[in-house]
Amino acid sequence: MCSENKEASSRITWEGCSVLLDINDGDRLVFARLSPAAKLKIGNKNCSLKPLIGCPFGTVFQLDSSSDGPFLSPLQPKGNVNNTEEIKDGQLNGEVRDNRSLIDNNTAQSLTGEDIEDMRRQGAKGDEIIEALIANSATFEKKTSFSQEKYRLKKQKKYAPKVLMRRPVARSICEAYFKKYPLKIGFLRVDTLSLLLSMANVSSNSDILVVDMVGGLVTGAVAERLGGTGYVCNTYLGQAPYSMDIVRIFNLSDEICKRILRCSMSDLLSQKESQQQNLLNDESQSNDQMNVLGGIEEISHSSENAISDLGAENTTLPALRACKAAKAGEKASPEVVDSWKENGFSSLIIAAPDVDTWTLVKDLLPLLSNSAPFAIYHQYLQPLATCMHNLQLGKMAIGLQISEPWLREYQVLPSRTHPCMQMSAFGGYILSGTKICSS
Amino acid sequence: MMLASHPAKRISFNRTIGDGDLVIVYERHDNMKAITVSEGSVLQNRFGVFKHSDWIGKPFGSKVISSKGGFVYLLAPTPELWTLVLSHRTQILYIADISFVIMYLEIDPGCLVLESGTGSGSLTTSLARAVAPIGHVYTFDFHEQRAASARDDFERTGLSSLISVGVRDIQGEGFPDEFIGLADSVFLDLPQPWLAIHSAAKMLKQDGTLCSFSPCVEQVQKSCDALQSCFTDIRTFEVLLRTYEVREEKMESIHGDSNGSNGSLPCKRRQCSDGNYVLSSHTSSVMARPCGEARGHTGYLTFARLKCSS
Ligand SMILES: C[S@@+](CC[C@H](N)C(=O)[O-])C[C@H]1O[C@@H](n2cnc3c(N)ncnc32)[C@H](O)[C@@H]1O
Repeated sequence: MCSENKEASSRITWEGCSVLLDINDGDRLVFARLSPAAKLKIGNKNCSLKPLIGCPFGTVFQLDSSSDGPFLSPLQPKGNVNNTEEIKDGQLNGEVRDNRSLIDNNTAQSLTGEDIEDMRRQGAKGDEIIEALIANSATFEKKTSFSQEKYRLKKQKKYAPKVLMRRPVARSICEAYFKKYPLKIGFLRVDTLSLLLSMANVSSNSDILVVDMVGGLVTGAVAERLGGTGYVCNTYLGQAPYSMDIVRIFNLSDEICKRILRCSMSDLLSQKESQQQNLLNDESQSNDQMNVLGGIEEISHSSENAISDLGAENTTLPALRACKAAKAGEKASPEVVDSWKENGFSSLIIAAPDVDTWTLVKDLLPLLSNSAPFAIYHQYLQPLATCMHNLQLGKMAIGLQISEPWLREYQVLPSRTHPCMQMSAFGGYILSGTKICSS
Repeated sequence: MMLASHPAKRISFNRTIGDGDLVIVYERHDNMKAITVSEGSVLQNRFGVFKHSDWIGKPFGSKVISSKGGFVYLLAPTPELWTLVLSHRTQILYIADISFVIMYLEIDPGCLVLESGTGSGSLTTSLARAVAPIGHVYTFDFHEQRAASARDDFERTGLSSLISVGVRDIQGEGFPDEFIGLADSVFLDLPQPWLAIHSAAKMLKQDGTLCSFSPCVEQVQKSCDALQSCFTDIRTFEVLLRTYEVREEKMESIHGDSNGSNGSLPCKRRQCSDGNYVLSSHTSSVMARPCGEARGHTGYLTFARLKCSS
């Protein structure tokens, strides 16, 4: 999770760096930490992640075979351009083929599975196998250029899988979870997350109070925006901090990790600590600290398998121990807590599906400095409506608004532009506003 | 000052409004105004006359009273509030598009961002917040006066150290060569963005991100076409916000022939058509519904990523 500053902002991977692997255009999404020993299973083949170290993010790899077995090698960008040209030509010239004479049965393909294995043994590359499949398909020529493209894609996924190596940042992490494991992040969609960050005015040198019960996604996203200045105070009800394991997936520098602190709500809400209490606290702190660290290890351990591959297949991943001791999420020192109490937080973000919104806000809002904005996420409308109503009655905040973001993606192709057939119909609700001075 | 250049300068319980500060005067959520506090000045509106001198020394977030007893709130400026109060010299981007652009372009502190056109500087203000404290936004508009007004605005909001405004025809000349290979992200809000895409590709770092905002689908079509050769991961979105109004309403509820009073709720007996009596009572509950009017379209956002040439 933590790494040297220069590495963390780098666009080239390094040993120990965290990456998001997108296999076959999002069919599978895997978070991995690069090391010479790390292995990824694609189909029935196990390949080393070592060739990924030192490559630029954004590189696409393909699965090749050699006498030593399967390996990943960077793909030279080319084919893409031609393929789209082809589609375009088909369109521009007016499509003449249609599928009236197409009969798809198993006899259309004359290459057998055995033939393909033979080719592989003789060192044929994935692309060559696909070309052979096309050449031996009785129906390919009759397909429309659009379905030819679909056919090619289907075969490519099977015989020449591609692995795109992405930077694990708030956007890609949120999208990956939303696609494969939305429950873990409370169904927080990427546009909703982006609004939370804006509405709470997350900017450098600010101290942001966060209630994050969505696995650490909000905490990580806020820390990313703070860039090693200010603080994220991740607060929690009761004794046990909420899981923050998603924070480990970001490549946050040490400097940024140190800015993520935890503090229980009862510590934030108690009066400023006196000298004596400080002494007492110091003792309990060291105990807590152990618990917290223990907690992290455990979480990462049990969740590593579940989350690392956001698809479902098995992956072997190196333990995260290779990386330096976790610095993110240490307990806030009494001095820092006192400074928060004295100055107030710059803003508040809540993503806590399981806690009553109004009671949380009622307690936490007084911790914000005056004129501080806040943004509260919820999957349900009612808790936000009740909270908004109570804030109005109590004259605690102004500019109150409940918004529901709506996001639609488009397919853009020559003469075939339209909204995508599938969309996420729901990205949750946000209550936003600005705290005012109590009169 | 919109952003804290130093931790000590940020909004806090202890920081108060001073002479020369920019404040957002809030009447209602749909009626706000940016004002630079100046000792001898007054603000006059339908609520009466407010003396700036009464504001000095009060914390941000205070309610202030006019000569006639009317009141407004004084808020610290943020990019979100600024977008609501800035003077519209052009069409501008609003919060939903702005937030999505910044997240999807993966902009964070330290990034170098190129933008054209500057327009009214609505997006630029949020870009500056995202790259602060060490990054920089270079924004270009070919309209000299607009560029100058934008510069004045960034001075006023205290962002001028993070933003440089250049006067340049980006569709005709592209971005300046001095930025070749240095930009983390490029944002285009131009009438013919496809003319600037080749130049944008030259400016971007490996795996750098681009976004083009266009209101019309024909523009999107041409941009996507132009993106094919050097970019990958080309995706087009539309993002909108639906807002809700919340109200506490009293509603009558009918109880079947029951055994008398219902707590402390006001009850009355009513005769039904069949001659029987039922009890009706009022209960009040907080309810929410979407507001009747909303922005139905702003523009399409097309994103792309520079292809890797590894
Ligand atoms: C719609 S406005 C941009 C609004 C801006 N995104 C905002 O949020 O305030 C478009 C701007 O592009 C500028 N523009 C148009 N053609 C241009 C060109 N060829 N080079 C540079 N700027 C241009 C216009 O002067 C105008 O100010």
